[in-house]
Amino acid sequence: MAPKASFAQYAARPQAGVSATVAELRSVSKSFGDVLAAQDLNLGIARGEFLSFLGPSGCGKTTALRMLAGFEAPSSGEVLIDGQVVNALEPFRRPVNMVFQSYALFPHLTVADNIGYGLRQRRPRLPRQEIAEKVGRALEIVRLSGFDRRRIWEMSGGQQQRVALARAIVNEPKLLLLDEPLAALDRKLRKEMQIELQDLQRQLGITFVLVTHDQEEALSLSDRICVMRAGRIVQVGSPQELYDHPNSRYVADFVGTSNFFEGRVDAVEGGRARLVTASGLTLAGRASAGLAAGTTGCLSIRPEQIRMTRAPEPESQAVTVHNRIFLGEHTEYLVRHETLGNINVLTPRQAEQADRGFETGETAHLAWSDAAALVLKND
Amino acid sequence: MTRQERNWLLVAPAGAWFLVMLVLPLSVVLVFSFGERGPAGGYVPAFTLEQYANLPARLTAFKNTLILAPLGTLAALLIAYPLAYQLAVRTDPKWKTILLVLVIVPFWTSILIRSYAWIFILGGRGLPALLEAIGIEGVRLIYTPLAVTIGIVYGYLPLMVFPIYVALDRLDKRLLEASSDLGARPFRTFLQVTLPLSIPGVATGCLLVFILLMGEFLIPALLGGGKVFFVGNALVDLFLQSRNWAFGSAVAFTLIVIMLVTVTIYMRLIARLRLGRDDAQIM
Repeated sequence: MAPKASFAQYAARPQAGVSATVAELRSVSKSFGDVLAAQDLNLGIARGEFLSFLGPSGCGKTTALRMLAGFEAPSSGEVLIDGQVVNALEPFRRPVNMVFQSYALFPHLTVADNIGYGLRQRRPRLPRQEIAEKVGRALEIVRLSGFDRRRIWEMSGGQQQRVALARAIVNEPKLLLLDEPLAALDRKLRKEMQIELQDLQRQLGITFVLVTHDQEEALSLSDRICVMRAGRIVQVGSPQELYDHPNSRYVADFVGTSNFFEGRVDAVEGGRARLVTASGLTLAGRASAGLAAGTTGCLSIRPEQIRMTRAPEPESQAVTVHNRIFLGEHTEYLVRHETLGNINVLTPRQAEQADRGFETGETAHLAWSDAAALVLKND
Repeated sequence: MTRQERNWLLVAPAGAWFLVMLVLPLSVVLVFSFGERGPAGGYVPAFTLEQYANLPARLTAFKNTLILAPLGTLAALLIAYPLAYQLAVRTDPKWKTILLVLVIVPFWTSILIRSYAWIFILGGRGLPALLEAIGIEGVRLIYTPLAVTIGIVYGYLPLMVFPIYVALDRLDKRLLEASSDLGARPFRTFLQVTLPLSIPGVATGCLLVFILLMGEFLIPALLGGGKVFFVGNALVDLFLQSRNWAFGSAVAFTLIVIMLVTVTIYMRLIARLRLGRDDAQIM
């Protein structure tokens, strides 16, 4: 069977009059006893998008996912799926499916019986022939054809992961929820599965909602990322938006890596801001939203935005090279500035070849454009 | 010391124990079963199948044992499973230990005393009197098969509860969530996930209770009042009262053979049911 034909079965067909929002959280809060796991979450999930909840453990991202799945009911607010409030709707009545962190595959069933489990619960019953066909197609999609009679424990971690995926997508859910699905895999396999996940999402057109603490994973997979912290949503945006326009130091730090120089916000004008450090150094950059003069803040500059030169340039900062790590296409430097402290610099290979690179102990000069720097309020 | 020598050393105490306390006495029983009763009781060496030919004389005891032991096991299972399920799946972890201890509290008192108590509960002034007060007359409980079954279930319930509890407690609760997520209502989740995965515990519990019930004599003696008696009671009678050691040995050996055959068939059935699931348990 041609892959295209088999995917068509699963592809969400755009319908007239169907809202672009497939699910929504409206002022959703959830407390477990005294612990507020989620506070005032407001988020719309667009039909067909790949959305990630990103944050450290305990930030409420899994709680948000479990409220979409129906395993937890919100303490206040509303969870909507397809425009319907589903707060009290049991998981088995929701048109969503979940891929569990540890896969939660049924050990007493074969691979095929695991995948067909959801289809066998349907009432009125689906004909056995139809179930077998759908299971076969799902196996094909996750490239496990021929493994149908295998037992779960005979499968490797990556294969189990694919069985878990197949078991969910075979039901053609409106939302596919993925709870840290790649956390148990080793690095190389994780990379492969990330690509597979992305391909799968594009082919099927199902809305994917992923929970992860791995920023790289969120950046590479998602259309949009919802960054969470201590039960709240901090910022929602495309990977590039979050990377280039973080609204807080927390986001700048969590999404990608950055250098932060603390100081007092001296002036904010026309989208630009000036920061004066404790040692009296004046640095300029774009002003983030809601920044006010007279407060403490920090200037964030990404390591790859910094140019490192031998000769001083106007407004460049003299530093001493402390450490050099060759990463192939990039070289990572750890340099020390007299008052700004340690600074990470990432130089591309091309710059290295033109300029033979820096040795430990050498003096270098750092420069960056003001447009690449961002002045953020402290949080 | 080689690895093999160490292995032998590890099993030596248990091996010696089984040899002296089980294999030797069983051999004696086997030898005695082909002998004859002495004029004043006891055993006279002989080689005759007379004792085995005489077995139908104790048919009632075998019948009672072979009906009430499986029945008692089944009744214990039906009562123990919901209890174990409630404890393992539904109970708040902080209460689990306390409730589990409550399950074994009866073991702190001798089974003799506890069975004795049942004589009064089931006797004329116990439950029947209570039933009479609400208009149900003529109910006789004590010295009936029902009384024996009640006693059996009461006495052996913890032995059934624990293995099932362990199996259910070990069950990954995310499997239940996964089942629900895939559209199964709670009862279907129970039938399709919980029950199949708890079969090992059920099998162990049933085996444990069944084997012990086959040899039971105390509960039938007290609650069956000589009317409902097991093979165990027949043995007590043959060895201690009528001192017919040869016939007693034949009865005992027959019971052992019946037990071995039933248990073997049972294990085969369970193995087929679980077909390779042992490996799955590791995960």
